[in-house]
Amino acid sequence: MPEINLDDSVLTTKLEDVINWGRKNSLWPMPFGTACCAIEFMGMMASRYDFSRFGAEALRFSPRQSDLLLVLGTVTNKQAPVLRQIYAQMAEPKWVISVGVCASSGGMYRTYATLQGIDRVIPVDVYVPGCPPRPETIMHGVLKLQEKISKETLAARKVHIDQFYDSLDRQVELQRIKGYTEFQAVREMVLKVGEQGGQRIW
Amino acid sequence: MIIEHIEAQLPSAILDRHAFRGDQTLVIAREHFEEVVNLVYMEGLQLLLDITAVDWFQRDPRFDVVYHLLNLANQERLRLKVRVNEQEALPSLVSRYKAADWFEREVFDMFGIPFEGHPCLERLLMWRDFPGYPLRKDFPLDGGDSFCGDVGVSFAAHAKSLNVE
Repeated sequence: MPEINLDDSVLTTKLEDVINWGRKNSLWPMPFGTACCAIEFMGMMASRYDFSRFGAEALRFSPRQSDLLLVLGTVTNKQAPVLRQIYAQMAEPKWVISVGVCASSGGMYRTYATLQGIDRVIPVDVYVPGCPPRPETIMHGVLKLQEKISKETLAARKVHIDQFYDSLDRQVELQRIKGYTEFQAVREMVLKVGEQGGQRIW
Repeated sequence: MIIEHIEAQLPSAILDRHAFRGDQTLVIAREHFEEVVNLVYMEGLQLLLDITAVDWFQRDPRFDVVYHLLNLANQERLRLKVRVNEQEALPSLVSRYKAADWFEREVFDMFGIPFEGHPCLERLLMWRDFPGYPLRKDFPLDGGDSFCGDVGVSFAAHAKSLNVE
């Protein structure tokens, strides 16, 4: 039997690297568009900037069919529990990009109505600055996320998401015991964490 | 003209009036408000475009509640203003104009002006146990609820990366 030369036909790698390579190049974004950032996002998806080049052209308007949440715009306090529920419904593993200053920190809306940063209620992976950010900036944010995905371990991502589910359990428990609405429960959790010097409830 | 008609019917109802580029504004006495609204409705001003309020803070009475009306048949517009103080109620117009329902709830939510006879006078925009009325001049700019302001240290200050080198 002749010897077979396997030199070039075998590739050795780590499972994690292969999976992460697949994950980062097949993101399924869901836009949570509430303001002008969503208009820039439309520009990013359209032919001029052509976001399909990065493997994320399959937009889904249902959280159950997507794994990248793009929060595009101002999120009000009243929307905070809604955003949490949408994030909880998404397919795992999931990532979040906070696009624009409003989503990242409340931005110029230092008011009674605006949530001062979505990272208070859901975990955020990449923050994109700008008001609104140009399509190039949002694309740079997604590229940064791809970089992050290619470096992370599968276990770390799972722990990260499970942390959020724990906080959701605590929220549901609060609603059940104290008879709170979703908003009241989230509010109490944020205030309690604030007393301890923190800010995020997940 | 509608205004002459009101003046003839209810001579003491109009406290003040002015016009800007053909748009008439009437300041109505609070006790005659319901009668005037019934009158203008019968005269054809049957579309209620908006209800809002203005807080004059140090004036007495403190608030102007502003009603914008339109006659669809001849495009005539009319603005009615009623002056109320804090805690003073106005009659609800829901039985006359259906559109008044959410407008009155919004005014109640933002200014704290109650409307008597409203079927469900609850906050429209803010959450139910929100303290204070946001569009009043003495409302703190960053919110009366500590949830609205800075809570603890920002996440970015102690952000941990998931990256494992």
